[in-house]
Amino acid sequence: MAEVEETLKRIQAHKGVVATMVVNAEGIPIRTTLDNSTTVHYTGLLHQLTMKARSTVRDIDPQNDLTFLRIRSKKHEIMVAPDKEYLLIVIQNPSE
Amino acid sequence: MFADETVPGAAVQSLWRSARNARCEAKSCQTAEVATAEAAVQSRSSRDAAVQTDRSAARDVHHGARVDDSGVLAFLRRVEEVVTKELNKNVTSRAFDGFDVNWTDQNRTVLCLHTLSYPEAQDQHLQVTGVSWNATGSVVACSYGRLNDGDWSTEKSYVCTWNLDRRRLDPQRPDLVVDAPSSVMCLAFHPSQPSLIAGGLFSGETVVWDTSKPEDPLIWRTGMTDDTHTDPVSQVHWLSDAKHGNHIQLLSASTDGKILVWREERDGRLAVAEGFALVAQQIPRSARLKKLAWGEAAVGVTSLSFSHFDPHVFIVGVEGGYSLKCSTAADTPAPRRTGGSVPLRAPAELAFSPHSGPLYSVSCSPFHRNLFLSCGTDGQVHLSSMLQTQPLISLQLSTKYLFCVRWSPVRPLVFAVASGEGDVHLVDFEKSSQKPAVSIKQAVDECPVYCLEFNSKQTQLLAAGDAAGTVKVWQLSSDFTEQRPREMNHLELLASELTD
Repeated sequence: MAEVEETLKRIQAHKGVVATMVVNAEGIPIRTTLDNSTTVHYTGLLHQLTMKARSTVRDIDPQNDLTFLRIRSKKHEIMVAPDKEYLLIVIQNPSE
Repeated sequence: MFADETVPGAAVQSLWRSARNARCEAKSCQTAEVATAEAAVQSRSSRDAAVQTDRSAARDVHHGARVDDSGVLAFLRRVEEVVTKELNKNVTSRAFDGFDVNWTDQNRTVLCLHTLSYPEAQDQHLQVTGVSWNATGSVVACSYGRLNDGDWSTEKSYVCTWNLDRRRLDPQRPDLVVDAPSSVMCLAFHPSQPSLIAGGLFSGETVVWDTSKPEDPLIWRTGMTDDTHTDPVSQVHWLSDAKHGNHIQLLSASTDGKILVWREERDGRLAVAEGFALVAQQIPRSARLKKLAWGEAAVGVTSLSFSHFDPHVFIVGVEGGYSLKCSTAADTPAPRRTGGSVPLRAPAELAFSPHSGPLYSVSCSPFHRNLFLSCGTDGQVHLSSMLQTQPLISLQLSTKYLFCVRWSPVRPLVFAVASGEGDVHLVDFEKSSQKPAVSIKQAVDECPVYCLEFNSKQTQLLAAGDAAGTVKVWQLSSDFTEQRPREMNHLELLASELTD
């Protein structure tokens, strides 16, 4: 669907964005701008981490929930926007 | 209830013959059948039916899951706004600038790991004139000679090597001592072959030693011919020229104003392949020294550094105090001088504004194609760009001479300087562009440090040699070995901003 691609392109066009991925609830990548093996690597690990982060938040306070996950690393910032069915993963190089 | 009893042995007939052509049939077994059942799987079945091309990554992923496009779209609409906001915030945010996590143990201080010396050379009061690390980064070599003595002498000298990875390292006893017929002014290990060392002698000769042949290490020498330098060799440099394959190409520079490229010949001889000569005539009038007004006078080359980006471009530092940008591709002939088998060419292209005394060392940045450093007898270090004659920054680091300057191979904004007061200064432009971040006391009694060299393989190591005949191997703190996040941007800024 064109509108999905357009939205992803808009996000990808932001300054410093290295990659964009959409993952479904099972951790299977649906859309990506990276090559296959890198995508699988990223999404498998980030899906697990996001689920873990969410359960951590909810275990601490059952009324609370995870809304956004940011990981700052030496080279990148990885952003994960979670949802009931999908995850949007954006990798950005902020110093670029 | 229990009684001894002898059970008669049972005789079993050999079945071997009959078993050879017997048919086996399982009647029954005692273990239960192993049952397996697939309870749940996450993967969907897939099947390939004769494809000749690779499927594109995006499609592959696409097909891996049932995609509800409208669901994805609804999801993206929900998250786009927040992601966009965060992306924009991130680019402008300076929250993490200069923030660093200490995951590993940091070496906070600069330590002296080894103090190496050769007692016999020290007894003759020889000085360390050059240090060099080999291709593997585990062997350090130093050359002994004299820098403060202009007299011709026949005094013997030495080149010593130590392997720092050796288990029983004796700092007073080198692994190998090579005798040299005269004072060794400089040396350089081959960039890829760990056992080859080139040295430049006070007599003007250039020699190559092979440390893997301890009985007779001398493998090539230039001999004293018409081509040989008539002044002490100030620097030797290995050329890594792909055009010449595995052939050895060695470059030597001397205070007689010649820069010669040597190639190997038969019988362990080195012959001149090409040559360059710097003469006062070629130096721009504004930069020319008054004393050297006559055009034929030679301009002594004291140091030389090749660009890491363009194999033809090099910077030379000369006795007149200025540095020159030169090119090996130059084809202007130099004024004819007597002797020599090859016509010399004049390589100078641009002269930079001079120091107020002779230069001792130049170093091209390994991270920026235009930046280089120079230092000399005026105690100043100039950071210059190859695009303009005026220095970008000049730092007064010593009231005495500065003998050597080298860029760090890992930190784009860091360099080290050897001073006449016996200090090794480490300057970090990120911290200050006026004073050194750390000054290490190498030698006591104002005994000058003549040479220093970073180890490009084990980047925490720095070797420095002094007039007392000792080589110290320093372990640098983590500040000087780990590149910072925005360092390259800083370097770019430094190079561009100040040009205007």
